[in-house]
Amino acid sequence: MGNLISLLDGVLIGFVYGLSAMGLSLIWGVMKVINLSHGAMMALGMFFSYQAFSKLGINPYLALPGVAVFGMLIGLLIYGVAVHRVLSGPHLSSLLATFAVNMIIIGVGTAVFSTSPRNIDYSAGAVVVGDIRLPGTRLLAAAAAILFAALLYLFLYRTRSGKAIRAVANNREAAELMGIAPTRSLALSFGIGTSLAALAGGLIATFFPFTILSGGTYELKSFVICVLGGLGNPLGALLGGLILGGIEGVIPTFMPVSWVPVVEFGLFILVLVLRPGGLLGEK
Amino acid sequence: MLAWGTIVWGGGNDATREKAFTLIMFVGLAGSLNILLGYTGYVSFGHIVFFGLGGYMGFYLLAGHGWSLPLASLAGGVFSAAIAGLLGLAVLRLRGAYFALATIGVNEAARAFVSNFEPFGGSTGMSLNFSTYQQYGGAGKALWLTFDLMVAVTAAALLASALIKNSRFGLGLLAIREDEDAAMVMGVRTPRAKTIAYMASAFFPGVIGTLYFFKNGNVEPGDAFQLNMSIELLVMVMLGGQGTVLGPLLGAVTYQGMRGYMLTSPLFKDLHLAVAGAVLLLIILFVPAGFVGWLRERFPKLRGVLE
Amino acid sequence: MILETRAVSKRFGGLQALKEISFAIREGEILGLIGPNGAGKTTLFNTINGVFRPDKGRVIFRGEDLTGHPPWVAARRGMARTYQIVRPLKELTVLENVIAGACFGLHALSIGKAEDVAAEVLGMLGLAGHGRQPAGSLNVAEKKRLELARSLAARPHLLLLDEVLAGLNPSEISGMVETILKIRESGITILMIEHVMQAVMKVSDRLIVLDDGELIAEGRPSEIMNNPRVVHAYLGDPRAAERLMSASATKS
Repeated sequence: MGNLISLLDGVLIGFVYGLSAMGLSLIWGVMKVINLSHGAMMALGMFFSYQAFSKLGINPYLALPGVAVFGMLIGLLIYGVAVHRVLSGPHLSSLLATFAVNMIIIGVGTAVFSTSPRNIDYSAGAVVVGDIRLPGTRLLAAAAAILFAALLYLFLYRTRSGKAIRAVANNREAAELMGIAPTRSLALSFGIGTSLAALAGGLIATFFPFTILSGGTYELKSFVICVLGGLGNPLGALLGGLILGGIEGVIPTFMPVSWVPVVEFGLFILVLVLRPGGLLGEK
Repeated sequence: MLAWGTIVWGGGNDATREKAFTLIMFVGLAGSLNILLGYTGYVSFGHIVFFGLGGYMGFYLLAGHGWSLPLASLAGGVFSAAIAGLLGLAVLRLRGAYFALATIGVNEAARAFVSNFEPFGGSTGMSLNFSTYQQYGGAGKALWLTFDLMVAVTAAALLASALIKNSRFGLGLLAIREDEDAAMVMGVRTPRAKTIAYMASAFFPGVIGTLYFFKNGNVEPGDAFQLNMSIELLVMVMLGGQGTVLGPLLGAVTYQGMRGYMLTSPLFKDLHLAVAGAVLLLIILFVPAGFVGWLRERFPKLRGVLE
Repeated sequence: MILETRAVSKRFGGLQALKEISFAIREGEILGLIGPNGAGKTTLFNTINGVFRPDKGRVIFRGEDLTGHPPWVAARRGMARTYQIVRPLKELTVLENVIAGACFGLHALSIGKAEDVAAEVLGMLGLAGHGRQPAGSLNVAEKKRLELARSLAARPHLLLLDEVLAGLNPSEISGMVETILKIRESGITILMIEHVMQAVMKVSDRLIVLDDGELIAEGRPSEIMNNPRVVHAYLGDPRAAERLMSASATKS
């Protein structure tokens, strides 16, 4: 029974991980860039949520749209300054460019917020079903993740901008020939990617205490998830998140917790080497 | 003709030696990364894993089995090279961003593994009994020995880098960097060449790691596998100019200089990471060939000299 | 027979790119490989060369079975190849490019000896003055010559040329044709994919024709041009058909 609760808890958190990984996966799928400032974006989301809660008393769940917009704006800025110019260059350039942005955000963030941990003290009660007690924060977060994932899906498949993004992801040159201005789609997808990262951060802030440096760990998790689900496949990212969350929940019940990263990264390398297209395949 | 950077012998006193030690260490690390990155074009984000693993092994032999420092460091280097050889079988098949991600994964996996590995002290790591320093004639002499060895291994790394660059083997690596498929068709045995380059690039950090942790007196997982340090190496190589022998040297010196300046300046103290990031971004956007690369482009006549 | 393929087949997913291709090249001859676009010519090259492994069949080079061996094995046994879309090592100098070709080819030369070979080959192809330039800075015709130089520096027995005349103007074409004849005179066998009909008809001793993965004809240029199956294959590709017709007109 304890195992089941741990598993469920892990899977619920996994929804949030999946949301975050979707952002990373989208950016990769559209422009073949691995956004190394992903973790920093998550941290910014955490702080935005925290500031809204502690300074303005806003419910963290109600603050989510604000977090999303904030994440989008920062993402557009990052795209314009750092990413746009290096898209045509070698992969190394975009990796280093986004990492440089990461360093800048973390550096400034450390100066402004210091490294003392913050915590959002918000309780959403709990839902009890028989013997199973699940914290409200987990359930609400999973629900929010599913909601935003659904919104993303609707956007990509039902709106013009979304379809343009998918066209650009598929074949940039062909899209250009059809009159789609790629820059707009590229910038927008980057913004959505960072927005999702920030959202995930905002949700994680309701579970665990955090510092400006916390993004790093979650970024690594996002990498693992993306590789599991197939880089460029947002649905795969969501599923990968659930798998990872599940693993994280269940493993500590029969192995010391310190082995979790070993399993995670071992799996990561295995998948990269054996099935680089991910368990579900790239799109 | 080869142009050499002259390595400044840390004056006579302890304070300059300390500063020089760190600097020379980074030159050695950056130079070793360049053997992989600059010559084959494979970008490793987790190069520091060889510093950590080799350092751990060397330290273990030193502290637990009484090996002498030179021998233990050598063993650390060999251990790292061996790991690279094995790892290479799996990860060198990946290209571009996948390879970069895999190297991050390897570093994290190594750190997580070592934290659980009892013979290496688990999450608390290992420490040296102070009396170990007596074997070398006291702490002072031990530190000087470490320094001398560090200079030697860094010189060896730069020398290896230069020799490789001008050799037939190195030409094969450069061909791989420019166009791996064309290189294969030309006759380069790419898997073997990449693996040798990988192992060579892993050897020096292994030695350097052992020396560093010996000096430190202890080693723990958090210190040995720092991803940030790994990325800083990348910055140094890019800053100075990847694929050149002098580049990593200049890059390391410049970056450390900047870092030192910022840490002591009241204005930049808290922002040194941010400023480093900004500098890196500017380089990527405007001078991707790094300083030495830029010089070679601007003054083609100097090309022969600025290796 | 310097090169022989026996029933070589290759499939990619749903597409059967090569269907039991069997042919042989005599030492010292120039064999032209023609066929409409998409026929599988470059795929055949890639299979002979080791870039692809055939699903079925064998590739025998100078008596040795090279089927499925990685590309560097073929290179080191004396098979060199150029690409349709040239692939110079851009950041290296022209000289370094050719030295690389010499170092890893038939004779595993040291850099010193490779330099001599490279200088000689560059001279032969009129690129001697460009030695110290980065390869990326050459124009298309020069890049094609560089690609050829790199292959020749490997001192191959067999040279695979993939549309080496594409993108060249008429005077460049006749220059290149002369070079190809000179190469054959020096003892190198040549297998060339070409679309420039007049040139390939003029220069080849024999032709083989591929269509939709199948070898549909083999023989001398004069025989091939009048072969109804060949003409029919090209009629699906109107521009090539015209050229085939005009090549036939000038020859007869």
